[in-house]
Amino acid sequence: MTTIFNPSCECMDRSELRALQSKRLTNLVQRAYHNVPLYKERFDELGIKPEDITSIDDIAKLPFTTKIDFRNAYPFGLFAVPRSEVVRLHASSGTTGKPTVVGYTRNDIITWSESVARTLGCGGGTEHDVLQNAYGYGLFTGGLGLHYGCERLGATVIPMSGGNTKKQLMLMQDFGTTLISCTPSYALQLAEVAEEEGIDIKKLPIKAGFFGAEPWTEAMRQQIEAKLNLKAIDIYGMSELMGPGVSSECLVQNGLHMFEDHFYPEIINPDTGIPVDPGEEGELVVTCLTKECIPLLRYRTRDITHLIEEPCACGRTSRRMARISGRTDDMLIIRGVNVFPSQIESVLMQVEGIEPHYQIFVDRKGTLDQLEIKVEVSQEIFSDEIRKLEEMREKIMAEIRSTLGLGAKITLVEPKSIERSQGKAVRVFDLRKTDV
Amino acid sequence: MYVKQVSIFLENRSGRLAEVAHLLGDNGINIRALSLAETTNFGVLRLIVDQYSKAESILKAAGLTVKLTDVLVIEIPDQPGGLAVVLDTLESIDLNVEYMYAFVERKTNKAVAVFRFDNIDQAEHRLKETDLRIFTAKDVCGI
Repeated sequence: MTTIFNPSCECMDRSELRALQSKRLTNLVQRAYHNVPLYKERFDELGIKPEDITSIDDIAKLPFTTKIDFRNAYPFGLFAVPRSEVVRLHASSGTTGKPTVVGYTRNDIITWSESVARTLGCGGGTEHDVLQNAYGYGLFTGGLGLHYGCERLGATVIPMSGGNTKKQLMLMQDFGTTLISCTPSYALQLAEVAEEEGIDIKKLPIKAGFFGAEPWTEAMRQQIEAKLNLKAIDIYGMSELMGPGVSSECLVQNGLHMFEDHFYPEIINPDTGIPVDPGEEGELVVTCLTKECIPLLRYRTRDITHLIEEPCACGRTSRRMARISGRTDDMLIIRGVNVFPSQIESVLMQVEGIEPHYQIFVDRKGTLDQLEIKVEVSQEIFSDEIRKLEEMREKIMAEIRSTLGLGAKITLVEPKSIERSQGKAVRVFDLRKTDV
Repeated sequence: MYVKQVSIFLENRSGRLAEVAHLLGDNGINIRALSLAETTNFGVLRLIVDQYSKAESILKAAGLTVKLTDVLVIEIPDQPGGLAVVLDTLESIDLNVEYMYAFVERKTNKAVAVFRFDNIDQAEHRLKETDLRIFTAKDVCGI
């Protein structure tokens, strides 16, 4: 039994959908060209005019947008509307010090809530459900994204935010939670703590969980479903595009339905920028057809996937994207937080006496990701007093925490103990088993 | 009056300490006193040797992080309460000890302790006002 939140959009005839996408793209291009200097510049460089774009088939003529464009436009350079129309701001990690900033108009919030409501519907959610939302509330789009989507659906939302696991479990039992939303690794932690507390989490009436914000595997899904006795739904999004609600698995659990009337997907060869053949793997590029504050053209997500064109048994007509299989860049996702090695490097370089030799290790202990940074101790910073070395270690730890928003273990190592490489230094070691 | 202590940064890796001992031994350097301070993931080895300059260059050549630190070596009366008396004296002249370790000096067969003060010049200046005996590098290293 499937519940489709918005059948007229989600089950739209494909040719009707294409007509709608064409209409929306034509309008989007006009708004982007006339209101965002970056796009005007790019169009002029390429010698294209907004009028040249008359259908969705013309999309490949348009320039790409990248995370670097967000950085260069910091904070509001990509906004196409007067500031008085912006009702909310969110931000995510940038590649260096400055975060990636996104803004929303009143209509953007409505679109966002709609697409997250569809996401919850994809997992069988209705107004009769109680969603415990354990995504972080704040600048991160996960918490508020799920929150508004849940209210739009008409279900009851418990705005728990992340952490505080024992209380999460208590409220789950007391409030009759039927849906949960959090990172997949936190779902496993909930199961672990429940076991420690002697709570049989399998017996709770939770039907489905909406898991995203970090990569996870089919094997991890099996584990979560076995331990929590629920349907584990893979959801996808990112703040540059909107937040959660770009695509979601349905109960068939075979690919994530793109909400194509708002988010138009393409798959390109990341090296050439040329669209690949249907069904081929490549980098996901998304155009936000309806966004007002930031009319985003062909955003390069750096996520690797492929599109599934065949109709789905659930009745939705939208194309599906396969589970993300990797990244084209070096971004790490640690406990749901986006981390770029370059951010860590810029912190270390500000600490006096630190050699530019470091290594980043990510591992998973139990259900939690651990970040360890090994830093070489140079002649300059070495002290015969343990206290001074410890102070330095703590200083690095505090700087990393304030930059990344997560704790890291800092290990001081002997100079030259980190292997010197001839070419590109291998600094990042992700030891998390991809098969777990 | 100062004695040069050789301080070495060591990762907590098995065999690391032995490597240092070999390096010094193979090069004819004699260790007179030693102390090892450790934390969960690294340690600092502190040595008094008979040829500190040579020790420093050998260890550096081997890629270790080495630092020479000035320390004061003070005689400890070899009797119950001997150390307490010395520490009381230090307290009375308002000296704060960063760290210390003790050994028996071979030639005189006296108990001595290596003291690391934050400000060694000031420490020495104040110690001169007391009855405590400070050993020289010559005393300690038998140079």
